[in-house]
Amino acid sequence: MADLIKKPFNVKEIREQFPALRQKIYGKNLVYFDNGATSQKPQLVLDAINLFYSKENANIHRGVHFMSQKATTEYEASRIRIQKYLNAKKSEEIIFTKGATDGINLVAFSYGELLQAGDEILISAMEHHSNIVPWQMLCLRKGLVLKVIPINKKGEILMEEYEKMLSRKTKLVAITHISNTLGTINPIKEIVQKAHSVGAKVLVDGAQSIQHLKVDVRDLDCDFFVFSSHKVFGPTGIGVLYGKEDLLDRMPPYQGGGDMISKVTFERTTYNELPFKFEAGTPHIAGGICLGTAFEYLESIDMVAAEKHERELAKYAEDILDTFEGLHIIGEAKNKTSVVSFTVDGLHPFDIGTLLDKQGIAVRTGHHCTQPLMDFFKIPGTVRASFAFYNTRQEIDLFVEAFEKSLSMLK
Amino acid sequence: MSIEEKQQEIIAEFNVFDDWMEKYEYIIDLGKDLPLIAPEFKTDDRLIEGCQSRVWLHSEFKNNLMEYSADSDAIITKGIIGLLIQVMNKETPETILKTDLHFIKEIGLQEHLSPTRANGLLGMVKRMKTEALKYINN
Repeated sequence: MADLIKKPFNVKEIREQFPALRQKIYGKNLVYFDNGATSQKPQLVLDAINLFYSKENANIHRGVHFMSQKATTEYEASRIRIQKYLNAKKSEEIIFTKGATDGINLVAFSYGELLQAGDEILISAMEHHSNIVPWQMLCLRKGLVLKVIPINKKGEILMEEYEKMLSRKTKLVAITHISNTLGTINPIKEIVQKAHSVGAKVLVDGAQSIQHLKVDVRDLDCDFFVFSSHKVFGPTGIGVLYGKEDLLDRMPPYQGGGDMISKVTFERTTYNELPFKFEAGTPHIAGGICLGTAFEYLESIDMVAAEKHERELAKYAEDILDTFEGLHIIGEAKNKTSVVSFTVDGLHPFDIGTLLDKQGIAVRTGHHCTQPLMDFFKIPGTVRASFAFYNTRQEIDLFVEAFEKSLSMLK
Repeated sequence: MSIEEKQQEIIAEFNVFDDWMEKYEYIIDLGKDLPLIAPEFKTDDRLIEGCQSRVWLHSEFKNNLMEYSADSDAIITKGIIGLLIQVMNKETPETILKTDLHFIKEIGLQEHLSPTRANGLLGMVKRMKTEALKYINN
């Protein structure tokens, strides 16, 4: 696969790469604004999936034959591509997982084994359930204390409160880079610095960030960073855990099985080296390879221009929505990405979402797996439009038209 | 009118609509019009928690027939509840248990009764049937 050359940002050209965007839903042109849930896939990734299963399918890390060698080489090449994209020091620090949730569970189990009763874990009030529940389970298992960093009504972390909560007892801060519900971009570098000053490690949930921002794990200096492939234009069922090597080395394996061992006898088993220590069993080979292809695609995108375009879309949508009486934008952080979450007085998000759907507009409605955050805002849920760099102003106009029609039917 | 005739009547009503928006306009009007449940019955033990919308279901057994009332916080869900109750109300527990609610599929609303929709409606139909079952066993 030849490296693509970075071209000037052009939405029209980008859209041509995404066949899923060119379809009709209930007879209307699809407007896909559910990118926070999952992204569509470019032709490059679709072709790579097809190619793998058509010609290259073989198990990896164990075969002597040609196809197995080739699949292994490509799987490991993907790991290196991801390492370089994230600017990790070594490819051993890139662990393939099932996704962001799996990565968090791995750390909760494995890093959790190094912790003792009374140790504290900090999360924020805007976390997705997948960055809440694994820590609750760990706290129950090991007698640890879970504390929640508060936020303000705009949806921003209260940094002074955060600082006050840090102590020598704090062993881990697990925090989202970007809120899936509010779009808030958290000041990760500052959060990491403060955590490190008391000796705590930091896990960053990057499920919503890597598709919008250029992530550099060494610049962030976070100890763990997780994300899911399917939200960054790759296949479902695969993701990545980045962890600092010395830390991963100290952590016990998460699951046992093939590939993660060095030598097995009935008396004693020794474990394989990083990254394989954390990759038991035959992995999602096609997924791993094609996630590499997704990064190859991302490398061809001018991410600075793409992010600017996404922010302009969000601003354009918010400016229009602001003119609707009784509509409230939820999430007004100064630094936010292209997520527009809102409620309308007297109307249920489910009703709005259902009527938008019938007009070809895909949005998400509900609590977005952030029930504690909904409780904080005292709402049952929101309507969320989340934009990717392939979305356009024209699509927002279609969305607004459909939204007006829905309101006239519901009121 | 038999339970099958009631289903056929709804199917005929929906046949006049040309597109989705007309269907939903009708469902929303149903939802707006119907006062479905007495406030004292909107209790937690009658609540069916959906991921998206919530449904309350109350049932009574009178003159050997089931009588249902229900409500939802979402108006489209409430409108579909109206249709379900129109069909299931004042039927014997035996009829309710053996009835296949095929009209939902025929009017194109089956997605609302799918397990993935999580609007509480599938749970409501299940509970309508389990409530009816109580009076067969007794």
